[in-house]
Amino acid sequence: MEGTTPATARIRDGVPLLEMRGITKRFAGVVADDGVDFDVRAGEIHTLFGENGAGKSTLMRVLYGFHHPDAGEIRLQGSPVSIASPADAIRHGIGMIHQHFMLVNTLSVADNVALGLRSSRGPLTDPGRVSERIRQLSETYHLQVDPQALIWQLSVGERQRVEIVKALYRNATLLILDEPTAVLTPQEVDDLFAVLRRMAEDGKGLVFISHKVREVLGLSDRITVLRAGHKVGTLPAASATRDQLVQMMVGHALPARDLAAETGATEGAPDRTPSDRAPSDRATAIESGPGVTVGAGTPVTPIPATPAAGAGTGAAAAAGAPRLVVRDLTVRGDRGADAVRGLSLEVRGGEIVGIAGVSGNGQRELAEAIAGLRRPSSGSIVLEGTELAGGSPARGRAVGLGYVPEERMRDGVVPDFSVAENLLLVDSHEPAFSRLGFLRSGEIRRHCEELVRTFDIRTPTLEAPARTLSGGNIQKLIMARELSREPRVLLVAQPTRGIDVAAAQYIHDRLREQRGRGIGVLIISEDLDEVMALADRILVMYEGAIIGEAAPRASTRASIGLMMAGVRPEAPADAGPRATA
Amino acid sequence: MDQFFTSSILTATVASGIALATPFLLASLGETMGQRSGVINLGVDGIMLLSAFASYYVALRSGNLLLAVLAGAGVGLLMGIATAFISVTLKAEQGISGIGVYLFGLGLSDLLFVKLVGTPLPIASLDSFRIPLLSQIPLLGPMFFQQTVLVYFAFLLVPVVTFVLNRTTYGVQIKAAGENPAAADSLGVSVARIRWSTVLIGGTMAGLAGASLLLYDGIFQQNLTQSEGFIAVALVYFGGWTAWGVMGGSLLYGLVGAVVLAWKSLGIIPLSASDLAATAPAVLTVLALLSVGRRFRQPAVLGKPYERGD
Repeated sequence: MEGTTPATARIRDGVPLLEMRGITKRFAGVVADDGVDFDVRAGEIHTLFGENGAGKSTLMRVLYGFHHPDAGEIRLQGSPVSIASPADAIRHGIGMIHQHFMLVNTLSVADNVALGLRSSRGPLTDPGRVSERIRQLSETYHLQVDPQALIWQLSVGERQRVEIVKALYRNATLLILDEPTAVLTPQEVDDLFAVLRRMAEDGKGLVFISHKVREVLGLSDRITVLRAGHKVGTLPAASATRDQLVQMMVGHALPARDLAAETGATEGAPDRTPSDRAPSDRATAIESGPGVTVGAGTPVTPIPATPAAGAGTGAAAAAGAPRLVVRDLTVRGDRGADAVRGLSLEVRGGEIVGIAGVSGNGQRELAEAIAGLRRPSSGSIVLEGTELAGGSPARGRAVGLGYVPEERMRDGVVPDFSVAENLLLVDSHEPAFSRLGFLRSGEIRRHCEELVRTFDIRTPTLEAPARTLSGGNIQKLIMARELSREPRVLLVAQPTRGIDVAAAQYIHDRLREQRGRGIGVLIISEDLDEVMALADRILVMYEGAIIGEAAPRASTRASIGLMMAGVRPEAPADAGPRATA
Repeated sequence: MDQFFTSSILTATVASGIALATPFLLASLGETMGQRSGVINLGVDGIMLLSAFASYYVALRSGNLLLAVLAGAGVGLLMGIATAFISVTLKAEQGISGIGVYLFGLGLSDLLFVKLVGTPLPIASLDSFRIPLLSQIPLLGPMFFQQTVLVYFAFLLVPVVTFVLNRTTYGVQIKAAGENPAAADSLGVSVARIRWSTVLIGGTMAGLAGASLLLYDGIFQQNLTQSEGFIAVALVYFGGWTAWGVMGGSLLYGLVGAVVLAWKSLGIIPLSASDLAATAPAVLTVLALLSVGRRFRQPAVLGKPYERGD
């Protein structure tokens, strides 16, 4: 990776490329942005940093013409502009890489890039000329893309390159990237950052939206922190520290151990200190956490034969017998092709097993198969002697499977039901809550009130519809429901995706606590930092199978990232005996 | 059965099969355009009925068949405007609003027929146009090249629609609107404008389909189409949202219908079973749909109104 030009050298004199003054945007009375000022100079990467819902994306969607601001002014190179639609934004040289790719899967790269533009051949498309220009841009910025390929054939990283090419093709001078790293492997992130730096050196202005401290410190020239729609401050990245940023983001100081675990911050930025990933720092952070019993004994050898081998025989017994055993599981995806291919894994009582991987490698199908929502085409899923494969969700629940699904709003709660109804959802027939088919409202109320209190679910009343709760509180609600049933195995998909830092921290603590109580916990997460912070063993999923196993303390992001990209670990030690693909 | 396998009967059957296929082809080509952009128009049959009546009335009053065809197309365009307004601008539930448009067309065409015409009178039918030289080819000439202008027009549209969808910027925009309207929107393509245009084209084509059906029959009656417009919608699925596929489906439907007609008139099918035999094309299409239709992927947002994510 090339060295970064000092930020000051890149910033040119004169007016900024972009100035946003006092931008206010309300949605149905809720203020998303409140009088936010923001500016970008040519040749700099200016990060918008903040939690989900802080107003970062809304601010940029205002700039891109998706939203009309209720107040405020936008100036481009000094002159005020009105941007009423994306077409206006494009005309003003603004490009946006959306968090969810804006690509037409059935069309070619060239068609996607040229979409909406005047063709040199009038009404006819001109694939030859478009392809040629794409190749030129690819070369200039090292963005390998095949103009003839159809989008659905491309990997996520390639799709993102197409998005960048789309903006470059339109001669964007100001490029907005909305959480571009969320779907990438660590290596792809490094490649992306190299491209972004090259664009900045070219004099373009870049807005980078993120909530990951490490990336932000590594990439940015300046950082503006938003919290709850307000601008907290702008500071040069060179003088910013991660503690300072996180404190600005959440509005109060977090204990040190949480910083490492919750924001994925490590010592320094990956590209500035590539060899200094300081896994030991992470390990200490985890070991000082609460509820760590067996996991604390995780060995320092690269791959343990069993999760608790290094802790001696006594601890091994405490780790417990395998609770969930998945053997040669094959599950078909929505498109008819096998999404999970002969996967085997084991979860013991008292350990957290984390499945890492880039999204779309079969994680969702695996979770749905274990939960009984998707029928496997072959293989077995055994929970303490009971075969779950081919059964219903009810069978799993009956033998002690707790499930916290990835799509909370869709699969986890009934949005229009009240908090109480959602807490009770699956247990209303239990004798404790109903008699002769009639609900015992007093009992239910007591039970729900206690859950709301113990799990710190922030809701105005028990009667409030679940959809009015924040993502973090919905996740707490689901956790409360699942844990109140005292599961033997807890399956959690994307435990903290889209959740604010405080709630995420709370949920992590709860998961560690479950491990301490001897429950087998299986988490599936696309957030590698989360997996590394939580898991005792990390299984990396690639193309429907476990490609390798890693111990979080003995592995670097880079080595796990390679596996996430499909590179099989070479050393025999890395081939986990219970997790062969 | 032997009497059916004579060259004259066979050529006549194929020729009439092609003529029978034409209304389906016109309607389903237009519907293909709309569906590729993400709009499903279930009101095709109603549009066909109203247009057929308009054609009939103009032909009856003026005796000018060209005017009659234009009237059919014009009414189709008007109904297309109504459909686009409901489906695209008002973002209505397309499955329900389509049924509404159908019932409107069914009822109004009947009402107008009773009020304005009363006793059905036949009109002059469209002359077939013999294409010089080609129509002289033995067997093939009488099958393919002694048809009406509307038939030639419909079949010529097949490569045209294919070309528009695959080789023009308009076509790329149509497909983008049907697959990922947010992507089109983010690049400054107006999804509403694209969908309006395809629905207007679809309405006009349905109008032409109604006119061609009327001119084939030569007389109007209540529910003239007998739900052919719905078949046309089904043929779009059958054809995998491509013009050539839709043509294949239309021909299959038309030819089976023609064979049934021929067998009935030759007495191969007894009179008692003729009603049952009349269902043959529909049954066959359903079977074909089951075997072929699932292999194609429909436009990703078919039937879903586009709302910019605020």
